[in-house]
Amino acid sequence: MQAQPQQQLTHYKETASQTGGPYVHIGLAPQQAGFEIFENNFGHVLTRPDTPGERIRIEGTVYDGLGLPMRDVLLEIWQADGEGHYAHPADPKPSSFRGWGRTGADFDTGLYTFETIKPGAVPAADGRPQAPHIAVWVVARGINMGLHTRIYFSDEQAANERDPVLTGIEWVSRRKTLIAQREQRGAETVYRFDIRIQGQGGAEDLETVFFDI
Amino acid sequence: MAQYGPFVMRDSAQHAPALTPTYKTSVLRSPKNALISIPQTLTEMSGPLFKASELGPKDNDLILNFAKDGLPVGERIIVHGYVRDEFGRPVPNALVEVWQANASGRYRHRKDTYIGALDPNFGGCGRVLTDENGYYRYRTIRPGPYPWRNRINEWRPAHIHYAIHGDGWAQRLITQMYFEGDTLINTCPILATVPNDEQRRGLIALEDRANFIELDSRAYRFDIYLRGRRMTWFENKA
Repeated sequence: MQAQPQQQLTHYKETASQTGGPYVHIGLAPQQAGFEIFENNFGHVLTRPDTPGERIRIEGTVYDGLGLPMRDVLLEIWQADGEGHYAHPADPKPSSFRGWGRTGADFDTGLYTFETIKPGAVPAADGRPQAPHIAVWVVARGINMGLHTRIYFSDEQAANERDPVLTGIEWVSRRKTLIAQREQRGAETVYRFDIRIQGQGGAEDLETVFFDI
Repeated sequence: MAQYGPFVMRDSAQHAPALTPTYKTSVLRSPKNALISIPQTLTEMSGPLFKASELGPKDNDLILNFAKDGLPVGERIIVHGYVRDEFGRPVPNALVEVWQANASGRYRHRKDTYIGALDPNFGGCGRVLTDENGYYRYRTIRPGPYPWRNRINEWRPAHIHYAIHGDGWAQRLITQMYFEGDTLINTCPILATVPNDEQRRGLIALEDRANFIELDSRAYRFDIYLRGRRMTWFENKA
């Protein structure tokens, strides 16, 4: 039988991910690598003096499968403003708050920090509100593809209990790994969010939930 | 809203799994649980955007952006290409950030103690926004291969690290680019984490002889594909 002429359905494969390696700071945080090169550096402070919203600090440590801090990890966050709007044209009411930042963990202590504002609620695909949350992306030596997770807030219990992403996690005991714990440090509001890359299994597994988004 | 539909599901078979024991560091840094797949919301469909005014004039020129008292030592090359999505559409205004070792294979990083010499005139990082056609280009020194402790005598092929922001959080990608013809490519346990030949070849930049600049620089071509957006032909259920 003669072959029928046909069009080609062209679909390109996404470029394969590779680890960021131990020197990821050179490209993404050169001052931390130990040198000055760019006039404008992207960093961990998302607020400006005139940014509206409740000022918060987010801090934590990323742990490996032995419970040791990962001191070479780099994190980025993406979030809405205090009213729940993103600085992106996909948002019906785009914000002027950038909502993005990055930082490397401290080489000695492993602690990471962001200075930002608490985000407002953002609608889910079906229009229901999601609880306030911040998207997190984690890269490091040993991580072949950046890990996605979300920060929720311990003082938003009612909203968290209705959040479609949190409540979509079948293993109820794992949901708590995404809740940052609020504490007051003088005038400063701090949320502690530790990330455990690899748990030991079992019903009380504390491995942080990671998403395929 | 139609142009901002959800991104195509990531094809995990085209990427390294998290646990790849021959790349030893992955053993304690890979989740034991499966990733939990979630329907995309505005959080994943939007992402940070960048402006040309945020970058400096030499940010995409690694030959000059750290030069102090002369030019860096090494092979002068231009790396260029297109950032597209899975459907072949250009991704304009994507932030492409790169970092690399110098010609000796030595990184300018306080944690790198390799005996290969630092170059006082080479920093090793740069960044560029793609234009309206998704095109990017930067100039640099070709990096040297680099020894590391995985097995005792492991060597990375020459490579340049890339981090790319498209226009949605779900497109965020970090990867590495290799150079056509490098024999170390065949023995690299990090490149070997990528599960098939076609995808490994997708990380190898090609010598672009037609774009050599006479008596100045050679050129390599490296295209990048990010996840594509689907159209929302009909209203999402609400």
